[in-house]
Amino acid sequence: MTAADRIDRPFAKLLVANHDGVISQLPRAALSSLFQPGDLVVANEAATLPASLQGVHRPTGEPIEARLAGWLSFRDPTRFVAVVFGAGDYRMTTEDRAPPAPLAAGDRLEFGPLIASVEGLLNHPRLVHISFAGHPASVMSGLVRHGRPIQYAHIPEPLRLWDVWTKIAADPIAFEAPSAGFALDWRTLKGWRERGVGFATLSHAAGLSSTGDAALDRRLPFDEFYRISEACASAIEGAKSRSGRVIAIGTSVVRALESAGTDGTVRAGEGRASGRIARGARLRVVGAILTGVHQPGESHYELLRAFADDKVLDRVRAAVEERGYRAHEFGDSLLIERQAA
Amino acid sequence: MLNNINLKRMRIAVTGGTSGLGSALVRNLAASRARVAFVARRAQLVELVSRETNACGIVGDVGIKEDIHAMALEIGWNLGGLDVLVNNASSLGPTPLKLLADTECEELHEALVVNVLGPFRLTKALFGALAASARDGRGGMINISSDAAVSAYPGWGAYGAAKAALSHMTAIWAEEARDEGVRFLSLDPGDMDTPLHALAVPDADPATLKRPEDAAQEIVASMLGALREYAPLELARRP
Repeated sequence: MTAADRIDRPFAKLLVANHDGVISQLPRAALSSLFQPGDLVVANEAATLPASLQGVHRPTGEPIEARLAGWLSFRDPTRFVAVVFGAGDYRMTTEDRAPPAPLAAGDRLEFGPLIASVEGLLNHPRLVHISFAGHPASVMSGLVRHGRPIQYAHIPEPLRLWDVWTKIAADPIAFEAPSAGFALDWRTLKGWRERGVGFATLSHAAGLSSTGDAALDRRLPFDEFYRISEACASAIEGAKSRSGRVIAIGTSVVRALESAGTDGTVRAGEGRASGRIARGARLRVVGAILTGVHQPGESHYELLRAFADDKVLDRVRAAVEERGYRAHEFGDSLLIERQAA
Repeated sequence: MLNNINLKRMRIAVTGGTSGLGSALVRNLAASRARVAFVARRAQLVELVSRETNACGIVGDVGIKEDIHAMALEIGWNLGGLDVLVNNASSLGPTPLKLLADTECEELHEALVVNVLGPFRLTKALFGALAASARDGRGGMINISSDAAVSAYPGWGAYGAAKAALSHMTAIWAEEARDEGVRFLSLDPGDMDTPLHALAVPDADPATLKRPEDAAQEIVASMLGALREYAPLELARRP
């Protein structure tokens, strides 16, 4: 059983804010009955890497944890952006984690079988470029064996890869789970197919959702690579030509599609999404988003402001609090339709 | 378009890729310039077959739960996705073969873990990748079965029961996954001159047995047939 499939999952909740700002609530199992024939659901097929590495800062001998947070070169496992913590692990909240020993370019880091070095710091004592020694395939093999999924303190037992892969996970490029996708199962996709609701996937290398450091969190999300297949791009064209809506499963899908579709047409290929989507951003592709429950200030929440105004989002927050929605990555879901202009 | 489905660049993973039929499959597919990853337990043999074929070798045990997602991840990363998975690794259960009444529960359990639960876990971990491939017009899954799944051969209880379970699971999965576009095949390669067969029937005359290279060729042909059968449906469905 995966963390997303725990005993309470069949009772997961779904709050819908429609394009007029009207709020309704459903069991999440009703997701397969939503949307119209001709609409297209787009999800992130990224599978999650075991991106947390415990190791040693060789110059001082101090223990460290590196959380891989982004590719420097897409799919090259020898170079990453990483956030580094001092001693401790996920059982301590990131806010309480000590900084690492002072890092400098050239410092040797050892993570089990892997040897890495600091390429340089990125204007913050925790944020670095690191590179791993070795052939890419053997580095990946070492990561898979030594790394653990990035995890936060609210779940006590250690997560395994099967906990952080969604059912549609295909492309192992994400650093944290594209968690809105935990709401999907094959039964739901079957329900959509039978009703003429389309389904397509892209892969987007979702990065860290939080670092526990206010200055770093303001810089989130970091740049994220994505790939959109021909099949996905043509499904979006098809939906648009039928005046169907595009429903994004998660903020990563919104970032990829709006980055690839700046002129309204989504082109197939690889790209890099940068910057925040927030209030005032004009959405050219996506008409609705399924997401988790987030807090104001988090980049995920700010992105919702591109879909709905604060009056609606305040009502959403009040309803979510009143009915005890679970906010973590395996929690309940929100569906926010883009408000009519 | 129909004949455009060929092996070149197709992304294929084979379990049990260092011995018998698995090794023959890896060699056949690599020679046809497919992109091949294979999994096997012994690092030295993995290294050897990998060097000989240029296929990507992954060390792992289908019978160990903790290995499954690691191998799925390495397969996906090395091949950049997956078009076909061949669950070939299997276990005879107790050797020399035993009558069921002499078979320990643990021996049956081991046969079920390697022959049924392992393929189920790996297929489930890679189903997202296979469905993604199917949305691009490919996507298939082959489970290697045996006539022992159908005929009741005395002494083959653990293996036969496990292969029967795998065959039936494949048939159900084929029904359920059809609309996702993922093809499921259960193929019986016949009695081959392999280490597994030698363990089961030590005094068999190799001259009476099929060469694993010939069985591999037949399996590749069946696989391409199944994928081609799917292609026109997909093309017709596209707007």
